Order: sequence, then structure tokens, then C-alpha cells
Amino acid sequence: MSEITILQNGRIIDPANKVDQQGDLWLRDGRIVAPESLVPAGARCIDLQGKWVVPGLIDMHVHLREPGEEYKETIASGTLAAATGGFTAVACMPNTKPVNDTAAVTRFILEQAVQASARVYPVGAISKGSGGTGLAEYGELKAAGVVAVSDDGQPVVDSQLMRRAMEYAASHGLPVISHSEEIALSRNGVMNEGQVSTRLGLRGIPCAAESIMVYRELALAELTGARVHIAHVSTGAATDLIRQAKKRGVRVTAETAPHYFTLTEEAVAGYNTNARMNPPLRAEEDRQAIRIGLQDGTFDAIATDHAPHSVLEKQVEFDRAANGIIGLETSLPLTLALIRAGVISEARLVELMSTAPARILGVAGGSLAIGEVADVTVIDPERKFQLTEEGIVSQSKNSPFLGWQLQGKAVLTFLGGRITYNDLLTAQVDRLKAEGF
Amino acid sequence: MNKEYRFQHKHLLEMGQLSAEDMLYVLSIARSFKEISARPIKKVPTLRGKTIINFFFEPSTRTRLSFEIAAKRMSADTFNISASTSSAQKGETLIDTARNLEAMSPDIIILRHPSSGSPLLLSQHVNAAIINAGDGTHEHPSQGLLDLMTVMEHKGRIEGLTIAIIGDIAHSRVAHSDIVGFTRLGAQVRVAGPATFMPPGIESLGAQVCATAAQAVAGADVVMALRIQQERQHDPLIPSLREYARFYGVSRKLLELAKTDVLIMHPGPINRGVEMNPDVADGTGSVILDQVANGVAVRMALLYLVMGGEKGGDTQ
Repeated sequence: MSEITILQNGRIIDPANKVDQQGDLWLRDGRIVAPESLVPAGARCIDLQGKWVVPGLIDMHVHLREPGEEYKETIASGTLAAATGGFTAVACMPNTKPVNDTAAVTRFILEQAVQASARVYPVGAISKGSGGTGLAEYGELKAAGVVAVSDDGQPVVDSQLMRRAMEYAASHGLPVISHSEEIALSRNGVMNEGQVSTRLGLRGIPCAAESIMVYRELALAELTGARVHIAHVSTGAATDLIRQAKKRGVRVTAETAPHYFTLTEEAVAGYNTNARMNPPLRAEEDRQAIRIGLQDGTFDAIATDHAPHSVLEKQVEFDRAANGIIGLETSLPLTLALIRAGVISEARLVELMSTAPARILGVAGGSLAIGEVADVTVIDPERKFQLTEEGIVSQSKNSPFLGWQLQGKAVLTFLGGRITYNDLLTAQVDRLKAEGF
Repeated sequence: MNKEYRFQHKHLLEMGQLSAEDMLYVLSIARSFKEISARPIKKVPTLRGKTIINFFFEPSTRTRLSFEIAAKRMSADTFNISASTSSAQKGETLIDTARNLEAMSPDIIILRHPSSGSPLLLSQHVNAAIINAGDGTHEHPSQGLLDLMTVMEHKGRIEGLTIAIIGDIAHSRVAHSDIVGFTRLGAQVRVAGPATFMPPGIESLGAQVCATAAQAVAGADVVMALRIQQERQHDPLIPSLREYARFYGVSRKLLELAKTDVLIMHPGPINRGVEMNPDVADGTGSVILDQVANGVAVRMALLYLVMGGEKGGDTQ
């Protein structure tokens, strides 16, 4: 007997099919199907009045820490955090221990992901061990299941290696994801270079450390005709370079992260190690430039760079702390804030968080078309909650948004028609309480 | 000064936390303590029974000694831990080490540490009062206060003076504390050095950046040279000490541009012939050794104030 779920009366937002209307969405046996005139017996009907029904969110840049650093996060805990944040799929970066530079590691990750709460798409390494010399075996990696290659966290210093990576990855139909950083400029830096780093006496990383390398990647993409994806853009200068390159037809896509359009370097004040990441939080003008880039289409995707670290790496002196923050459970509320601020539309949010990541990685989802996988996220744009350590599902709690009052969140997440996260009931109880029951 | 005034700070982490009134109050207390060091028996019982730990993660001779002498002249019990003898060598974290010290109930921990912000981190995890004795390239507030005291002693005021600081501003926690302190008390602070020594946005702290040493020194009441560090790796800041000395070294000739009664200062230790010529360091107007003497008085005042300023005994 087939399993049918009918999501009724929600606002269906599906820019891939130019849909934004009130209606019902039918899920049957893991797929989206055409509604029928009669509701079949045994169908599960969920009334979603006032909620948005969108294709499952996809985070194309996370660190799941397994294998090797399971005390920070595992594939199980990371994907549970993903489902909680409304994500149905994540692409995990290869800087695990060991590095995902061989098919065996890729297969291990995918085996661990069989029971996971979200689809897991491994990203393979650009170079062996992400060591910056010699290409990893992209053909074998792709056959094992990687969807892209990147040496994320370890910038590719050698321009010739990057050129060859782009060419060779193109032969195997894989995008190259660039962590763009000129390490000669960023070396030893722990935050953005500027007034705040001077005030705090912390070593700075200038914006040029990012824009110089973004320019190199764009030049190499132009040279090779291959496509490149620029990860976690933090500066206005890099945003401008990407915008210009897109205009002249370079095959580039780009992502930024919620912290870059929400916070500035001021968040580091008090030596808050949860505001330390690489690239660092920048100045207010960069934050504004990133928001414009999200609005005008310079950025294709919002990705979290979810980087779990335990207190061992974060409850230390600022310059000894690890880079990175978690993001899976705050990405959607922070992006919804962009809608309320008039920066982007609802449809654009879905493009940035689902449709474009699916297209860039060439994976399922990103659309609610008939026949698509039933990866669906239900969003309550009004729901308010406070981010607390106890409330965070991820194994690590390193978020600069702890204590923040956030508005809007996923309340129901479907992975292949199966519920991976359900917060509808809590929402109802909260509402009844608020109404005085 | 307002009669209701009380020094409210449990910790001394940075000059930035002190108001002008706070700074003047510390100086007035330091002035009253200075005389103790001139007595035949240089000891008062004010901090008898208090335990003070000198926790130094970086090599330091004069600052550590200055704090230790200050504490002993106040009759506190002092203990020294340095990086080479501490568990930091065995991989213990700063917070764990601090908690272990805490269990032995110290009243004050004086911290010198290479990481900016580490005194704040420590203050969040222990009950003892924390005094920052220099953190990374952030601040060195007791040095800032002793510099204020020294200028105040010789000029009778801070307000309206022009202070020129020459050297590696970017890597100097002393410059940082001095800029904040002198500016807050109404002086104009000029900084000079090659652009490689200028931190971005230093103007936001209130300093005026000068293109040349001559511009900074012109008409100045105080000229301070900073120690030029020779040991920075991977970062070519200056081509040679020789070239630096030629263009930024403080010489008698350069000082002809300053006021005739200019004070010469240096936080030490001096590279003679590099940032400052020997005849300048030892000549008229040099108050470098007054700085050292005032350091003890300022630190006595700070220990007294972070302990709540209770009169535990005869300070007269």
C-alpha cells in the first residue's frame, strides 16, 4: 500500500516552476505527485494554513566532522541539525580526518549517511590530502558519489594546480569550489583588518586576501572555460569582481553565508571566539555589499559553512581559537530577516537556499515539480524563538547568535516523503498559550 | 574631584575601561604611595594577608619586578609563575590553569600573556582581581598610567600637551594604552613611523598620524620612542635597523624641533642607537628612569584599588 501525505492550504513557493500560490501538495511514496480529486483512505492530511511549503532546503557547504572529529559533530548529529533547520540535503566538505580524497572515504561517509536525517553529498578534495600538490582522483571520487571538489579550509596556493584542477574536474563534470584566500596576506590573522582589530590588538586579515584570490579563480575559469564556485564570500570587493565576471560570461557561481549579511567585525568585541571564522566578519560596508549581491543575483546560493567546534577549541584565548561557527539551525531565520528588511523576495530565498544549490551541484531537489523527490520544507514565517545552547541540536554550540530572538523557522521537514523534523505541535501549543488557553 | 567618587573597577584590563576621573584618581593615590619607596623601611601593612600571583607567560624583567616590589611594599604575599614553569608547557589551557590557581584563593592575579584579550578571559573564570600586565598587542594599562604619572609630575598637567610617539605603533601595547590615556586626559597624541608600523584605523583611538618623525616632534611637549622589535618573522616591516635609525631614530637634532623643555620617554628596554641615541636617553629632559620609579608607585596604587581601596593600615 502506498503512503500518501497531503500538505493542505499552504503557500507553495516553487520558483523553479514559477509557482507562488495557495494550494495542496501531494507526496506519495517519496515523490511529489499530481493531486487527485478524491483524498484516498489512509492519507495523512496536514493543514498548513499560514505556512509556506517550499522545496527542501539544501546547504551546499557544511562540515560534518566525521570521520575523525566525532566529538564535534557526526553525520547523524549534523544531519539532525540540518533537518531541524529545514534542510533536506547538505554537501559536506572534505577536511575530515582522513581527508576525503579517495573513494574509500567517500564510501564511508555515504554508508554513515544511509540512516541520516538529510541527504549527504560528499565534496572531494582538490589535491591529495588537501596538501596543495597533485590532483586527487576525481574520476574515482565521482564514481563513489562526490558532487564537487574543494580544498576548503586550505586555499590552493599553486595557481597551476588550480588551473589543472578546473580543467580535470570539468572532464569529470564536477564543479570546483574555491576557498579563496591569499595566505601570504592572511597569515596569522584572526579577524578583519581595520579599526576594530587595532582596538582589540588582534592581527588583521585584509579584504584583499579574499579578493586577490577570487580574481585568480575568475581568471582561471576564463582561461579554462571550466566552471568555478566561490565559497563563503565575505567582502564587497569580491562581490564586485564576481558580478563583473558574470556579466562577461565567466562560468562562475558564488555563495555567501548568513553571518556575512547579518554581522560585522564588531561582533568580535569582548574577544568572542564564536565570532571568529575564516574568512572573518567584515566591516559594515561589506555587509551592505553582500546584501546587494544577494538582491541582484551576484550570489547564487546561501550556504552556512556550518563548522562545529567544541569548547576545547572555543573556550580559549581568541588568537588560539579555531575558526568557524555552526549555522544549520540559524540560516533560515536569518535569511527570512532579509525578506522582512526588503532585501529579497520569498521566491529568491527559495532559489538561494534550494533551487540554485541543487542546480550547481547537479543533485535532486530544488523543485516541487511532479515526479521530483518529496524533499519538502514547511516554514512558519511568524514563529519566534530564542536560540539557546540547550535548544541547539548540533553537537557543538559555537554560534554567535546565542541568545538572539529569531523570527521564522522550519516547522516540518520531509526527506523523501518521510518526516525528519516536526515542530508543528510545539507551535500550536505556543499559540494556544499565547491566546490564553 | 567629586567627593562621592569611588574607584569601581574590580579588574584592570585596559585603559579603555577607565574614565578621566578614574585615571586621575589612580595617579593621586600613586603619588601618595610614592613616598613609601623613599623611606628607610619601605613597607606598609596595607595588603597584609593578601595573596598576589604574578602569572607571566612572556619573558619580562622590569614589569614583573615592578609588580613584585609594589606588592611586597604593601606587605602582600607574592608568588611568581612563568611560562616555562607553568603547566602551559604541559598543554594545560589558560582557563584550567586559572581554575587551579583559583582553588588556592589568590586575591589578585597579575597576568602577562601573548594573546590579546586573555586577561578578560581570565576574569570571566576566576574570582580574583585581574590586572593586565600586557596582553599581546592590545594593552599594557599599568605602563600607560605610569607614563601619565611621569608627565603629570614634570608638566603639572596632561591637558593641552602634545605627545609624540615614534616607532612600531602597530605592535606596541604600550602605544595603545598611552594613546587612550593621554587622549582621554585631553592631550593631543601624534604617532609617527613607517606605514608598515601604523595599524589601520589608529586615528579612531584619537591619534594623529604624522608622515615623518619631524612632523610628529615639531612643538611637542613629550617625545616617546618605542622599542623596535627585530624578531618578526615572515613580515618585512623595515629593511634594516640602520635605515630605521636614520629616518626615525630620536636624536638631539630631531629634538631641536620640539619644545625646549621636552620630556624624553621610553618604555624600555632601549635599543641604543636604533630608536633613540644614547645622548638623548641619558641627557636633559630624559625621564626614562622616573618612569621606572613611578611604575612601582602606580602598581602599588592599582593593587590597593582593585582590593577595594580599604585602608588596611597606616599608609602615611
